[in-house]
Amino acid sequence: MPRHLLGIEGLSVATIAALLDLSESYIDTSRSVVKKRDVLAGRTIINLFFEASTRTRTSFEVAAKRLGADVVNMEVQTSSTRKGETLLDTAMTLNAMLPDALVVRHQDSGAVNLLSQKVNCAVINGGDGQHEHPTQALLDALTIRRRKGRLQGLTVAICGDVLHSRVARSNIHLLNIMGARVRVVAPATLMPTEVERLGVEPHFSMKSGLKDADIVMMLRLQTERMSGSFVPTVSEYFRFFGLDAEKLRVAKPDVLVMHPGPMNRGVEIDSAVADDLQRSVIHEQVEMGVAVRMACLDALVGGLRNFDERTADAGGMH
Amino acid sequence: MANGTGAPVAYINARLIDPVAGTDQPGSLLVGADGKIADFGSSLFASGAPWGIETVDCQRHCLAPGIVDLRVHTGEPGEEHKETLDTAGQAAAAGGVTSMCVLPDTDPPFDDASLIEFVHRRSRQVRLSKMYAYGALTMDLQGEQLAELGLLQEAGAVAFTDADRPLGNAQIMRRALYYAKSFGALIVHLPQEPTLSTGHMNSGELATRLGLAGNHRLAEAIMLERDLRLVEMTGARYHASKISTEEGVEVMRRAKARGLNVTCDTAPHYFALNEIAVGDYRTFAKVVPPLRGENDRRAIVEGLRDGTIDCIVSDHRPQDVESKRLPFAMAQPGVVGLETLLPVSLELYHNQHMTLPAIWQRLASTPAKLFGLPGGRFEKGAPADLVLFDPDVAWVVDPEQFSSKTGNTAFDERPTQGRALMTVVDGRVIFRDARLWPPG
Repeated sequence: MPRHLLGIEGLSVATIAALLDLSESYIDTSRSVVKKRDVLAGRTIINLFFEASTRTRTSFEVAAKRLGADVVNMEVQTSSTRKGETLLDTAMTLNAMLPDALVVRHQDSGAVNLLSQKVNCAVINGGDGQHEHPTQALLDALTIRRRKGRLQGLTVAICGDVLHSRVARSNIHLLNIMGARVRVVAPATLMPTEVERLGVEPHFSMKSGLKDADIVMMLRLQTERMSGSFVPTVSEYFRFFGLDAEKLRVAKPDVLVMHPGPMNRGVEIDSAVADDLQRSVIHEQVEMGVAVRMACLDALVGGLRNFDERTADAGGMH
Repeated sequence: MANGTGAPVAYINARLIDPVAGTDQPGSLLVGADGKIADFGSSLFASGAPWGIETVDCQRHCLAPGIVDLRVHTGEPGEEHKETLDTAGQAAAAGGVTSMCVLPDTDPPFDDASLIEFVHRRSRQVRLSKMYAYGALTMDLQGEQLAELGLLQEAGAVAFTDADRPLGNAQIMRRALYYAKSFGALIVHLPQEPTLSTGHMNSGELATRLGLAGNHRLAEAIMLERDLRLVEMTGARYHASKISTEEGVEVMRRAKARGLNVTCDTAPHYFALNEIAVGDYRTFAKVVPPLRGENDRRAIVEGLRDGTIDCIVSDHRPQDVESKRLPFAMAQPGVVGLETLLPVSLELYHNQHMTLPAIWQRLASTPAKLFGLPGGRFEKGAPADLVLFDPDVAWVVDPEQFSSKTGNTAFDERPTQGRALMTVVDGRVIFRDARLWPPG
């Protein structure tokens, strides 16, 4: 197992499959009456969040606590002018407290990689800038695998603000590694340069992008992109790129609709679709999030020996 | 050894690299008691070393005019913790640079004549490489109000630039060119359309993977095209700095073909590195403009080879660790370059793209001619600003060994060939590589 989980890019099929398998076992733990295990008893996990986040931080906190670890949450508010300045100092300070893992979220791409070079414990990327959000991609994959039984061969359409999305990047890498067919759907202003070189098919209309899709992943449109030079207005964006029942009609009948949350209803997704229990798995994603984070913490911090034994045959672990 | 005592010195048994004549041949060079080149050539002292004067046996190493570096950032005044004119002078001497032009983006910037005089005064105190100062093109480098070009020129400013800040306002650029024309002044511009250059690395696949905002490569050609139209309109003297893209080279090539009197330069990182160097968020390779793709790198080499690109500059820009050990977007751009300019430029020779005299045109004679500086060439009566170098000696770049105050090189651990053995300014030895020279 790598020492850190900084991103999906570069992981092997075996590593991803092993993490998903381990996550499966933790779904049962979470669904039990007594949810607490002692896998990480006596271990210290620090959630270090330079960017405000309630959902991801809570998910990591619940995951760590269910494994019996002690959790400390640290929110570092950084002023816009000198942000980043305290990153390495903060890292060194926390490192001196000898935690077993740091879960880090930062607004700058690459900040978590930089921090990981300066600490002795495991580092899990909880989202860095527009780079990666690996646990989100893993929980999405777990959700899909449980519903569809596989990842390979599925057609997945990732729609919306791909340009600024770390969720999109991590999902593109993971789905490609696992053999899915990935499309990205966005207006050209929100499409990353040379995105096709990441192994995806760019589409500029929902109609072609969603055709016969097994999975539709919607991305959140950040408030600051909603008007101005990326898209003219919210209403125009919703008209052409918001997901509603009409646009979803060209997808496969058993299509799954996903969203990493929090949703902007009426901006990128229509409430009728978001709340359609037949197709929307948005709440399931949240549940899977806890299981996946338990698996990542276990693999990196606690159950190293178990994990290595379980996956030694599969190869690809270093 | 020549030590500035005012006695003549004969450099014999040298491989003379004459960029103006375009020759690379065995020969000798005589420095007069006045610190000027008294004579040189393949027949000089051919019958043996002269009697009665000090002699340096060059052991067939290359003797060339010292490098004239048109683009050096220092930290003096304002950021002396990064570099002073003293340490920049030492780094230049160690790198075989005998003249350098100091950029005006200090704190305060060189938009006042007294600062130009300050640099020249400090240069005389430091007594290492000769230092010349650029004047600011606009007040406080803000791109809004013209600086006092006339007064700055009178004080000795060699050219005018806003350093790494492109001038986005076409009207102000037009007026700057017109105004400079009336003083015969040279304007040096970094041609990058600023609104397309707000990112942190080259736009493309790698930026997409790293999740970093990109600078579109065409930002260069777009700005160059604008500038060249304005140059045609005004007839002013114009030099574009740090050409980094294939399209930029092509725009310059076409401009020269249609007879426009414009020139340009590039820096070693643009012909020796590509954007892969910033993979893994390596802030030490973050520069302005950003490192581009491999096709661009090759186009820069070709532009240097065919003469489209006139000069090679170090683009020396010291940054301390605190400015670099940051998330990529937050880190300051810039690399130190004075001590790697010579060896990395020699890669063009070792890779058989260019001859040594052709490389020395880009490094010494052309930049000196463009800026009207006295060094950069072998000529009787010209200052004896020289570099003796071994083009083949192999070494590995180690910033710990730099004379510069900071070690922010993009070439860390690069195996390289060739280094300065001795650097001479006005006949005075200002640097000698103690490990390699004199040999034995």
